[in-house]
Amino acid sequence: MAHTDELYLGKTDYQVLGGRPVRHDGTDKVTGKALYAADIQLPNLAHGKMVRSPHAHARIKAIDASEALKIPGVFAVVTSEDFPDLSDKFALMGEAGQVNLTYLAANCLAKGKVLYKGHAVAAVAAASVHIAEEAAARIRVEYEVLPSVTWVLDAMKEGAPLLHEGLRTDTMGKTGDQPTNVAVHLQFEKGNIAEGFRQADVVVEREFRTASVHQGYIEPHAAVAMWNEDNRLKIWSATQGSFNCRQQVAELLQIPVSQCLVVPCEIGGGFGGKIAVYLEPVAALLSRKCSRPVKMVMQRNEVFEGTGPTPGSFVRVKLGATQDGRLVAGEAFLAYDCGAFPGGMIGPGCMCVFSCYDLPNARVDGYDVCDNKPKTQAYRAPGATQAAFACEQVIDELAERLGIDPIEFRLRNAAKEGTRRVDGPVYPRVGLVECLQAAKTSDHWKSPLSGPNRGRGIAAGFWFNIGGASSCSASVNDDGIVSLVEGSTDIGGTRTSVAMQLAETLGIAAEDVRPQVADTDSVGYTFLTGGSRVTFATGLAAYKLGLDLQEQMKQRAAAIWDCDPASVRVDHGVYSHDGHSLTFKQLAAQIAQNQLDPVVGRASAAPEGSTNTFGVHIADVEVDPETGKVTVLRYTAIQDAGKAVHPSYVEGQMQGGAVQGIGWALNEEYFFDNQDRMRNASFLDYRMPTCLDVPMIETIIVEVPNPTHPYGVRGAGETPIVAPPATIANAIHRAVGVRMQELPMAPPALWKALSRQR
Amino acid sequence: MSKKIHVTTTLNGESVEFLCEARQSLLEVLRETLRLTGAKEGCNNGNCGACTVMLNGVPVNSCLVLAAEVEGAPIETVEGLASHGHLHPIQKCFLEGAALQCGVCTPGFLVAAKALLDKNPEPSEHEIRFNLANNLCRCTGYDKIVRAVQAAARELRTARAAGSVPAGTAGPTAY
Repeated sequence: MAHTDELYLGKTDYQVLGGRPVRHDGTDKVTGKALYAADIQLPNLAHGKMVRSPHAHARIKAIDASEALKIPGVFAVVTSEDFPDLSDKFALMGEAGQVNLTYLAANCLAKGKVLYKGHAVAAVAAASVHIAEEAAARIRVEYEVLPSVTWVLDAMKEGAPLLHEGLRTDTMGKTGDQPTNVAVHLQFEKGNIAEGFRQADVVVEREFRTASVHQGYIEPHAAVAMWNEDNRLKIWSATQGSFNCRQQVAELLQIPVSQCLVVPCEIGGGFGGKIAVYLEPVAALLSRKCSRPVKMVMQRNEVFEGTGPTPGSFVRVKLGATQDGRLVAGEAFLAYDCGAFPGGMIGPGCMCVFSCYDLPNARVDGYDVCDNKPKTQAYRAPGATQAAFACEQVIDELAERLGIDPIEFRLRNAAKEGTRRVDGPVYPRVGLVECLQAAKTSDHWKSPLSGPNRGRGIAAGFWFNIGGASSCSASVNDDGIVSLVEGSTDIGGTRTSVAMQLAETLGIAAEDVRPQVADTDSVGYTFLTGGSRVTFATGLAAYKLGLDLQEQMKQRAAAIWDCDPASVRVDHGVYSHDGHSLTFKQLAAQIAQNQLDPVVGRASAAPEGSTNTFGVHIADVEVDPETGKVTVLRYTAIQDAGKAVHPSYVEGQMQGGAVQGIGWALNEEYFFDNQDRMRNASFLDYRMPTCLDVPMIETIIVEVPNPTHPYGVRGAGETPIVAPPATIANAIHRAVGVRMQELPMAPPALWKALSRQR
Repeated sequence: MSKKIHVTTTLNGESVEFLCEARQSLLEVLRETLRLTGAKEGCNNGNCGACTVMLNGVPVNSCLVLAAEVEGAPIETVEGLASHGHLHPIQKCFLEGAALQCGVCTPGFLVAAKALLDKNPEPSEHEIRFNLANNLCRCTGYDKIVRAVQAAARELRTARAAGSVPAGTAGPTAY
């Protein structure tokens, strides 16, 4: 990845950035007025329902919908046969790269075989959701049950049940010749690890396993599709990216993208799990068939069983260090499952496993492995948490063996500007050292912790921000309020963090910008909300938009004052020339009064490459030796945000990510029975943290400006979930002396580990 | 199709009547029949709290209540929290304290928090966490939600001490 231009302006005093304005969409969201996809009502609306597989792996022998179609109020049934022929079709889809459309379609509606329990097989549209449910229950599907596999290492074995007969391993571009579940084998290497390990005085090697976990957004997937008689398709969706949704639907249905309009609704959480389409193309097929708009909303068990968990993983990490605490070599083996279809999170897993350290010699092998789980999807820093759980525990153990303080050991080896990561890129200015120093001087780290079965852990985490394209436009109203139109769906307050950057550029108040997220016909192409990219990349577009608006305002001022636009000065939103002076709002009013050309601006940006965000977490835990239950007593998250545009939202990302990570660490897992069926597909049995399970999450924002953004902004959203499981594992070790090598570290697992120790 | 049941009650202080099927939940009727979509469906089995409304002055998961059961039982939803053009202090504190991200759990939390503060004007942090543990939030890590409820409690106490009832606190369970 090439470094992008140095854009940082080096400003230290900001008018708007660093403030905490109330979010522009806030009132709608506290009064129940905000419209989410499931809230959409349309005349003549039909309701769709999926028929899902009860088996983890089975051949579909026959589908008989005749009984269902006899029910009054049932309008249409669709199966995979209703998709156009997509054989051997690929589409380039942003960060997902080349996507095999056959796989994407077959994940929406199974073709030939079902590959996980909950895999959709058919769908029905009816006059009400209850009739649709009754009809779905009467669609008879005949299966031939096949052997199945849900543990990644089992799926890699010779003789394992094969999900895709035609699949061959791609090893760094070379295709294998044997049928397999291993879709991809990646390898990265730098230096000479044999030589490196020879220099080591201490070597630690450990193996780690993690269960599949779900993103756990509170809003189930929902979509409404309306196929019109002119062959235009309109979709309302809970999607992280309206343009990405449009592209997937258009490719799957083989219609031009411009024929499909996607209206992004408010979205009730995504965390990476609302990028791939599930319902949208199916609702569209149903709508075409029954000539009505069709709404589909998943139930919670469908969300768990049918949508993206994050990979279950096996990771082996070996690290060597010298007596004086210098890391000399590292080796990692990562096997991540990708679920039913190839294309999991192994790439970022490999990238992140050693990303916090300056390792002179390293090798990383990664495997992307199909098994009988839902197709894995991105989950907040996808692939990084599993890798950090392994690496950060080995780092902790090395520090302990060497008798070096864990922060000191990390400081001696921390990645910094110029460090080459094992997968190639060289870091520009990054803030890991600053985060570690902030941890060292934090109140938490300096406070004593006493009492039996209590321990304090620390771990570091890394994630990058993807760039990608963003567009926005704006018009200046007569009252000086700027109407901002952007394409980034707003999951956590990005309307405001983007509007603040426009306001900063123009020298006006955040409240004087009115942001709205527009549909795909009303704004330029904007890549999805994910990869910690919106405040960074759409923020960059907003900055450029501000410059465009400012230039036009100068021209209008020059027209009023009859002078050269270049001679108009702008300072903190005040336009002046030769004794004349107008504030932004006064000038806006003058433009209207003088009937000058209205000011309408637009900008787009597509920053290349990535920027880097590091974090360090500290946890105090207490272990109940009788039950193995872990209580988190105190928790601090420290993170480099570059420049925190809206500190409350940066803190919110850090706190939310930390608590998701605590859930991943201590409770959450997909539990499969002996027929590989998920058995805990409810919020009762899939136990996410409640507010009673966690303490306040203390935050320390570090600001090391990102050189590739004018205001130094780094994306903040994903890094916070990377460190928590390792942090808590390290704390458990210090509390009771056991090294937890499996996630979740739920009471039964910890109790067993304690029993072995006794 | 089964025969429909006629139900009469009050909703956010106004009288309301509707027809429902025996199998329809209160949540479904609120959202689909009465078109109040503030209460959200997150799980449909009582485990996430996104559909929390007040029924007879008590917070309930409206997905677990049959619509046919609410005859004569007053209902309050998030749509009834603000009144006369003013946000309830809890709503205001959620906004000012950045206590929401995606916002889908927010209506449930607001109603649950109001229920708590109606009966306990000075809850401890533990009491807040205990009383809101029926509501799941996946975005915030709860920190700012708990702090917003603490801030709202302070604001309500101050208003009460000053003898002024803050705007937006009307309704059957207003203190």
